[in-house]
Amino acid sequence: MNSKIPDNIVLKVSKVCKRFPGVKALDNVDFELREGEVHVLLGENGAGKSTLVKIISGAIPLSGGVISLFENEVVIKSPKHAQEMGIATIYQELNLIPSLSASENIFLGRETTNRFGLIKKINLLSSSRRILEDLGLEIDCQVQVKNFGIAQQQMIEVAKALSMNARILIMDEPTSALSETEIQLLFKTIRRLTKKGVSVIYISHRLNELFEIGDRVTVLRDGKLIGTKRIVETTKDELIKMMVNRDLREHYPKLKTDSGKEVLRVEKLSSKGKLKNISFVVNECEILGIAGLLGSGRTELARAVFAADKFDSGKIFIRGKLQTLKSPRAVIKNGIGFVTEDRKAQGLILSLSVKENITLSSLKSFSKFGFINFKKEKEKADRFINEIKIKAINADQIVYYLSGGNQQKVALAKWLCMESNVLIFDEPTRGIDIGSKIEIYSLMNRLKSEGAAIIMISSELPELIGMCDRIIVMHRHQIAGEVSSSEATQETIMRYAVGA
Amino acid sequence: MINKNQILQNSRQLGTLIGLFIVILIFWLLSPYFFSTSNLVNILLQSSINAIIAVGMTYVIITAGIDLSVGSIMAFSAVILASAMQSGIGVPIAILISLIVGTLCGLSNGLLISYGMLPPFIATLGMMSIARGAALLVTQGKPISGFSPEFRFLATGEILSIPFPVILMIIIYIAAHIILKKTLLGRYTYAIGGNEEASHLSGINTKIIKTTVYGISGLLSGFAGVILTARLNSAQPIAGIMYELDAIAAVVIGGTSLLGGEGKISGTLIGALIMGVLRNGLNLLGVSSFVQQIVIGVVIIIAVLVDMILKKRKK
Ligand SMILES: Nc1ncnc2c1ncn2[C@@H]1O[C@H](COP(=O)(O)OP(=O)(O)OP(=O)(O)O)[C@@H](O)[C@H]1O
Ligand SMILES: [Mg+2]
Repeated sequence: MNSKIPDNIVLKVSKVCKRFPGVKALDNVDFELREGEVHVLLGENGAGKSTLVKIISGAIPLSGGVISLFENEVVIKSPKHAQEMGIATIYQELNLIPSLSASENIFLGRETTNRFGLIKKINLLSSSRRILEDLGLEIDCQVQVKNFGIAQQQMIEVAKALSMNARILIMDEPTSALSETEIQLLFKTIRRLTKKGVSVIYISHRLNELFEIGDRVTVLRDGKLIGTKRIVETTKDELIKMMVNRDLREHYPKLKTDSGKEVLRVEKLSSKGKLKNISFVVNECEILGIAGLLGSGRTELARAVFAADKFDSGKIFIRGKLQTLKSPRAVIKNGIGFVTEDRKAQGLILSLSVKENITLSSLKSFSKFGFINFKKEKEKADRFINEIKIKAINADQIVYYLSGGNQQKVALAKWLCMESNVLIFDEPTRGIDIGSKIEIYSLMNRLKSEGAAIIMISSELPELIGMCDRIIVMHRHQIAGEVSSSEATQETIMRYAVGA
Repeated sequence: MINKNQILQNSRQLGTLIGLFIVILIFWLLSPYFFSTSNLVNILLQSSINAIIAVGMTYVIITAGIDLSVGSIMAFSAVILASAMQSGIGVPIAILISLIVGTLCGLSNGLLISYGMLPPFIATLGMMSIARGAALLVTQGKPISGFSPEFRFLATGEILSIPFPVILMIIIYIAAHIILKKTLLGRYTYAIGGNEEASHLSGINTKIIKTTVYGISGLLSGFAGVILTARLNSAQPIAGIMYELDAIAAVVIGGTSLLGGEGKISGTLIGALIMGVLRNGLNLLGVSSFVQQIVIGVVIIIAVLVDMILKKRKK
């Protein structure tokens, strides 16, 4: 940790306001960034962190206030303008172009051309390689980005930002898709950059992280500035209190229940290059964790069980009956729900409303002759909006405009509405604030006590250890080991996960 | 409580409607005959074919697809209808056959797109050529003309001096609006256009829905063929060339995004009427058809430009 804070102020934001129709996302917020510091932005979902960062990076205009950059007052007109002034941004939602290669994405819009206006591919490649190597990444820069997993894509975003030689680097939840190893890699990069005088604005919901990487922290709540603290002078509990305005401890409300009958049994599931000989059982009233490094096959396993992908061999039994389900639709009918890891691409219809997303899977159950019963639909949706506290103007708000964490809650509510009793959660608390996390944990526990069987895939080991009854650990597409909750420690899980 | 998106959506609708009124106003000022009842009814009548085809096109475009084959399917259905009636088959049965043919063409598009994984552009481009060729083959390239008065009554008949085609058009619009807003099919159509992968993972049978939507487009093209044949008292194998572009234009002017996931039937009606008013008004003023083409092109571009500026302002 860099506890000595240099005093040069590179960016100063004064009395910034941002109004969206129906919400005041930022209300007179002051914020300053000093040279070479990592300044963390903290706040609940919808507190206004991304909005602040988007204003600084020129993605959206402000409704009021002043921004000074390197002691000059500026009006940031566009992302490109911000980049030219030395501000590079990694947004919360990935912004890569799937059909372009890694190197093309990294230099998008800044390609060097020869005198005929043709792109100098060699330069592009060698520069990208150098940046990726610096980051310690083994990524083939000529491969189309869509072939990479979400974590690798995230690292390509980092590489893109780095390639701009920025003085100010903004990262909106860069680690939400990364596992421990990659996070450490990212931190190493951040430290190297700050030593060179680059200033970093860093957003994350993982409190542990900010004590590791941050110098100062600014807390927002409901669009208002609550305060700025030096990390060394504050505690987790104090920050949480600032964020949520009440006492709340980061804890896992583990619920002891006797597990019931077997609900889902997977036998010798194999799929070439993805899964090898996977067998496991989940019972009623039980949470089964799946740990593993990125690319170890956790998501592939979930997708195979959900019939989203085909598999080569193996059997799946639901409540003792052998299943030959060919599509997610059939699997859903058997009471299985799947909260996907990438909510934007796979979980939500961003152009539809909160209500329409929540009821998407269960719509048939409140329709007659193909006609939707709007009254019932609204009741249902409102119930879940209240129950898991989705922060939206109302049920008809388009999901696109919700903050990241609230989008995740909508994705989850869809399955609650479907009354699925086997739930597969792939990184369920990604990008979710601490209050909502605990709400989601309690919700999982409630479902568990009501007899649901839950599979929870997560890269956050404390969460797995805290919530699960058993944890299976995957390594290179197979199960490397299983630990029960009583004997689970981060060390034992990691040992299996790296194949030691 | 009204939310901002509804306001914006409606303001978009309002914008198109204002556009329609402006065009009407201009022609009213320029031509005394334009605003007469008989001419207004005439505009509705002239717009009805394009308007009906554009309904199916709206559904298709909301799923983020496109249907280039509508004009050819219309012509094919029309000549099937005509030859059926010529060979002595009764009018109702002949109409039924031609509607089935149109629907089957549309369903084939849908199957190729859903199960054959062909891009909609390619599948319907193929169908555009196949249906046209089939229409020419059936008729040996010659029009079929002269039908019974009962059949022609479909176009000549009127209620309260509103011609049947216009009434049929209105009924189709009401039905299409209700289906899109109130039924599972409609909701799923929006969902697929918004995010097909997420729809699939939410348990929607995306293939069947998409196939149905193209089927609907085929059916309505066939229906347009029936009305056109009754109106002209003739079925032409080369009818409906470029109709796909008129339909797409009506949809786009009406505010439906080619990217899919959003759009409104009422917008499409206004879009089709704007096109109809333009054609009719320019004709009255004696503007050459060459210039008409240019004007219509400009209007399409302005409509979409305004749309994009409005959308940017949302941020
Ligand atoms: N384009 C928009 N239109 C309308 N409302 C918006 C828009 N963008 C954000 N909001 C609203 O502004 C508020 C702040 O959102 P923001 O994305 O800044 O939250 P956040 O602090 O980044 O949350 P998270 O941790 O969930 O990412 C939320 O209530 C959100 O719904
Ligand atoms: Mg955010």
